[in-house]
Amino acid sequence: MADSSALAQKNINTNKQESKKEKMVVQTFKRLVKNKLALFGLVIIVIQVILAAFAPWFATYPPAEQDLVNSELGIGSEGHWLGTDNYGRDVWSRLVFGARVSLLVGIGSVALGLVGGIALGLLSGYFKKLDGVIMRFVDLLFAFPGILLAMLIIAMLGTSLINVVIAISIWSIPTCARIVRGSVLSVKKQEYILAMRSLGASNTRILMKHVLPNCTAPIIVFATMRMATAILSTAALSFLGLGAQPPTAEWGAMIAAGQDFMFTSPHLTIVPGIAIMLVVFAFNVVGDGLRDALDPNMELDQ
Amino acid sequence: MSHATKPILEVDQVKKYFPIKSSFLKRTVSNVQAVENVSVDVMEGETLGVVGESGCGKSTFGRTILGLESLTDGSIKFRGEEIGGLSERQLKKYKKEMQMIFQDPYASLNPRQRIGDALEEAFIIHTNIGKKERRQRVRDLLVEVGLNEEHADRYPHEFSGGQRQRIGIARAVSLNPSLIVCDEAVSALDVSVQAQIIQLLKKLQQSHQLTYLFISHDLGVVKHISDRVLVMYLGATMELAPSDQLFANPLHPYTKALLSAIPRPVVGGKKERIRLKGELPNAANYPSGCPFHTRCPLATEQCRQVRPEWREVEEGHFVACHEV
Repeated sequence: MADSSALAQKNINTNKQESKKEKMVVQTFKRLVKNKLALFGLVIIVIQVILAAFAPWFATYPPAEQDLVNSELGIGSEGHWLGTDNYGRDVWSRLVFGARVSLLVGIGSVALGLVGGIALGLLSGYFKKLDGVIMRFVDLLFAFPGILLAMLIIAMLGTSLINVVIAISIWSIPTCARIVRGSVLSVKKQEYILAMRSLGASNTRILMKHVLPNCTAPIIVFATMRMATAILSTAALSFLGLGAQPPTAEWGAMIAAGQDFMFTSPHLTIVPGIAIMLVVFAFNVVGDGLRDALDPNMELDQ
Repeated sequence: MSHATKPILEVDQVKKYFPIKSSFLKRTVSNVQAVENVSVDVMEGETLGVVGESGCGKSTFGRTILGLESLTDGSIKFRGEEIGGLSERQLKKYKKEMQMIFQDPYASLNPRQRIGDALEEAFIIHTNIGKKERRQRVRDLLVEVGLNEEHADRYPHEFSGGQRQRIGIARAVSLNPSLIVCDEAVSALDVSVQAQIIQLLKKLQQSHQLTYLFISHDLGVVKHISDRVLVMYLGATMELAPSDQLFANPLHPYTKALLSAIPRPVVGGKKERIRLKGELPNAANYPSGCPFHTRCPLATEQCRQVRPEWREVEEGHFVACHEV
């Protein structure tokens, strides 16, 4: 009996804990959606995620299926509401599968870039001795213009989407490292870090449990903004022929293939162009909105 | 208030300099002499008050003792074992014995960590006890410092300043230390809360046999809580005496000036206020001779040239001044 009541108490406690954590997330979310532009961006991102996740259901044709009889159909044609390209492939289906590619490449490259950037940023911000070396290395990466660095890496590794992910992630590392380092520098001067040191906590423990959790806001904002850049760069690299290879449905590659038919079938370039623009715009405004929503000073205003 | 005769901490000629480096070659061009030749024994079970104006090196002194700042020179012995100059890893076993309470209760708790998790960490770092027992110990601690068990699930921003300071105290006593450095532990609190926290500190001192190094600029609080008081000026020790003796019969001119600055709620009973001229000298450009000579009303040529010795003028009453 006593046991069961203790258990019940424990359940209440864990529920309370969960609700508290949820509350913080929900609050941030509420502030985010108050921002109309960010809400619009969020809707676009959700649509992209749904399209990407369930691409085979949304696509009306296999993305690489050719139908030379019905090539270069215009927008609004029967059975192909966004028309077909010069091989008669359905533009809508290719767009949907392209959403999947750009999302995967974006998430993959940002995740990889974050891992590297956070590690370097934490180390250089926290350990004074490593700071000089790491920051000079970061400066070195910064010295190359982003897309050029990515092209260089692809030239070394060969053209494929995986290599695009690697190239874009390497290019994301220096920016991320600087952002994290900045936050670490301000967090490590806080008295609670000193308190943990006086308790005898190891550097690893301090970094992972105390420094990193207090640097999350700028990292989240950076990751969202970087998604936009990553998607745009993937498209750019594919447009240049360094990324997705035919017949993969990728937005940049679709534009590249469509440019020869710009005057006869302008929708081949315009439709994937609009898709890229919307998605990049969406990630940017959501990143902006998140920056405002995560600002702890906003909490005091309410 | 029994004076144990055994020192728990022997501080001998401790110096802490912060080097000022040139911007290009990183050569040390000069030093900020934050702690300059401090020697004092802290007795088991006593409360040693450390007073002085802002920037006189009290806090740096406290941090140096705990190994949070590296030692420039001198020796620190804890229960007879040398701990000065040990690395953080070597210091780990002493950290259980020596803890710190911080000044700012708002800054000394990780805002992203629940109170229960914050208090649990001390046990994770230093003991092998299981999760269930750790949780129980945390709940006991919270009750001991006058909070509720349910507070373990809350975040720091849900507490008032006084409550947070109680959490800081709970963290400091969690491992059953023998020495606690209270760095301006009550200065950030308002007066009524100050009194409660001081009562709590006294209660814990009784129940845990604690020794306090109580750093503060508030003479009233120090007088109330301390057995002995150490007066610091510009990183150097000026006077050390049992609390009643120091407040009744200050010998050093700096101590006199400091004590005369305590506001007195007496109508008409005006006491001569000793006003010090000038500013606190820059610790990066340390005065020769007695550090206080630039502002001392009694200063002579000897004071400008020769550093006064730290000597015992009465039993237990030390002073560093040529004119006493």
